[in-house]
Amino acid sequence: MKFAVWLGAGWLIAVSAFAQVSYDRIVNAQKEPGNWLTYSGNYSGHRYSPLSQITPSNVTGLRVKWAHQFESGRTETSPIVVDGVMYITAPNSAAALDARTGRELWKWSRPIPKDYQSIGFGRVNRGPAILDNQLFVATLDCYLVALDLKSGAERWSVKVEDYKPGYSMTLAPLAIKGKVLIGVSGGEAGIRGFIDAYDSVTGKRTWRFWTVPAPGEPGYQTWPQEGTLKDSWKTGGGSTWVTGSYDPESNLVYWGIGNPGPDWNADSRPGDNLYTCSLVALDGDTGALKWHFQFTPHDTHDWDSTHVPVLFEAEVRGVKRKLVAVANRNAFFYVLDRTNGEFITGRAYAKQTWAKGLDDRGRPMVIPNTEPSAEGTIAYPNLNGATVWFSPSYSPLTNLFYVSVRELGSIYYKREADYKPGTFFAGGGEADIPKSEKSGAIRALEVATGKMRWEFPLHTASWSGVLSTGGALVFAGSDEGNFFALDALNGKPLWDFQTGGLIASNPISFNVDGKQYVCIAADRVLYVFGL
Amino acid sequence: MNAIAQDTAAGKKIFESQCALCHGQTGTGGRGPSLQRPKLTKAPDDEALWKVISNGIQPEMPGAWQLNVREVASVGAYVKSLGAIPPEVLPGDPGRGERVYQSKGCAGCHMVAGRGEGFGPELTDIGSRRNGTHLRETILHPSAELPEGFLYVAIVTQSGAAIRGIRVNEDSFNLQIKDARGHFHSFAKSELRELRRLNNETPMPAYGGSLSNAELDDLVAYLASLKGKS
Repeated sequence: MKFAVWLGAGWLIAVSAFAQVSYDRIVNAQKEPGNWLTYSGNYSGHRYSPLSQITPSNVTGLRVKWAHQFESGRTETSPIVVDGVMYITAPNSAAALDARTGRELWKWSRPIPKDYQSIGFGRVNRGPAILDNQLFVATLDCYLVALDLKSGAERWSVKVEDYKPGYSMTLAPLAIKGKVLIGVSGGEAGIRGFIDAYDSVTGKRTWRFWTVPAPGEPGYQTWPQEGTLKDSWKTGGGSTWVTGSYDPESNLVYWGIGNPGPDWNADSRPGDNLYTCSLVALDGDTGALKWHFQFTPHDTHDWDSTHVPVLFEAEVRGVKRKLVAVANRNAFFYVLDRTNGEFITGRAYAKQTWAKGLDDRGRPMVIPNTEPSAEGTIAYPNLNGATVWFSPSYSPLTNLFYVSVRELGSIYYKREADYKPGTFFAGGGEADIPKSEKSGAIRALEVATGKMRWEFPLHTASWSGVLSTGGALVFAGSDEGNFFALDALNGKPLWDFQTGGLIASNPISFNVDGKQYVCIAADRVLYVFGL
Repeated sequence: MNAIAQDTAAGKKIFESQCALCHGQTGTGGRGPSLQRPKLTKAPDDEALWKVISNGIQPEMPGAWQLNVREVASVGAYVKSLGAIPPEVLPGDPGRGERVYQSKGCAGCHMVAGRGEGFGPELTDIGSRRNGTHLRETILHPSAELPEGFLYVAIVTQSGAAIRGIRVNEDSFNLQIKDARGHFHSFAKSELRELRRLNNETPMPAYGGSLSNAELDDLVAYLASLKGKS
């Protein structure tokens, strides 16, 4: 009944202003669970849908309701759904679809320049952002574009950076009050990373946070300051290619920072290399750094800390605190106080061979001789990490943190690194460990401690994100094309569907005409399932 | 362009810094495909290989526009060396070996150039993928080194039926196998009474006892001569 009332209100809004998605609507996303208003479903990074029609007892009845075919494969988009319209992206393109049938309502694209190169990642796009009457898309050639929701026509576009030295964008922007935030890829090309905020109406840049400090700025002391290496900060990496989270109450943006450059040869960058492999908390109005926490100081394995930070509240030693949880590429799970960055707890959630553990401040106790070498060094996890860009999920229903885990190691090599703009500046790489066991799993961790409650083993390591729902289900995908549902309480497999393509995307859930749908992109097809 | 000097050692160095991020430091593959193979489907000859290195393969592989023609050719030489099988002199006679192949029933399981049965791996280009030593070892001890990804499995269904076959596909939920008659079977893994992975087994018998030394030499020479379609 409540929902019907809301539908009525939504219809009125639709008539008068065509689904204006105000900032307040996104802040209160839990009040309209039938929509999916921001990359992670809410600002807290939960990728949790409160919808509860699909349950362990009826999930076997899920069927394909419609499908949408993309022009190219390995689609990583996480759609936005508002009032019966789904917004999707592909590299340098976006479209609005009828969420009931999948038919296209409008389409927008921007040519990819002939000389554009993706250096160290695929040509992908992970989704749009929405605010007021505009859809925001980040492009490979590093433009942020605002599209009219009604027509897909461009309202403005702004050049974020020059793509030629290696900057690019693959992420879904994050729209907060009056601003659109983006981050950049390019950590294997010797970029100097940043997070930008743009005025959502004019497209004018309002702030930039450089992830590698320049001389005179706090944190610069963690880079070489003299001699022949004194310019290494200029090519220091620190990409920002996964969408952050946001706390509207404190107006703090939480964003993960990528690896230092060059990746595997650290000779040119002695020191901790802030703010690479860190989580930063930035003031939403100014971009000023409130605090940072570095997960992997002086990283030499390409373990970007580019993950969706999960915001939650829990009691710590009898006191309720505002916290943030991160399952890191380096194989450790962390809980921090999100008001000040204080380390609360952490533990390994996957096989790792590079650290004895975390000290009482959360700094890894690195095992000597685990860094890359000329002859090759075996270490776990591999360069893609124990998990990577795809989203974890936090269910307030079960209080569990669900994460897709990759269990494999690598032989890490150190090689020479010469900086030439627009080329690889990696200084090595990895090779498979011959005949080594490789696997994956969906793991459920207690959010406040990281202790594993259950796991569902996967045949191979997956590239799929995880969705949990109010129906006590967990949805995820596999490399072999399975899209499946698990019981959120115990990990028991309840339903699976062969999509016919590798799943490297994040599931979402939404309502159409009061009925719950679940959606996943698999290679070049977007599937929508319902009962 | 064929006259361009190719320096494999220089090519290796460039490969390790510019290509290995995706293709692996030793060419074993990763985000990009393995290059440890004698035939590169998208680069059948030098010119095509150089073009792939220079221009990339859109949308996934960036081109190495920064390399000059000599550097490109050197990277190409190194890439080709990754999967190359050194030329070898084999004692047997391929013509006689083909008759051994037919008389011993190899074609009952394998296909060569469109003829035979498709239960075991196709051998049409086996000579460009395996050297004589490896072929000889496989004939004598087939389970000693199985092809990558090869798995023989034994299953028992809920109804008690026992089936053995070569794994065609496996994921977290399902399994498809091919039995000795070439029939495909599909199972939900959760519904099997038993699933055994016969990790070091193969349905191919060891032929040590049924071939004379001369026949073995001839069969190896025949298989080594199978270079696939030109």
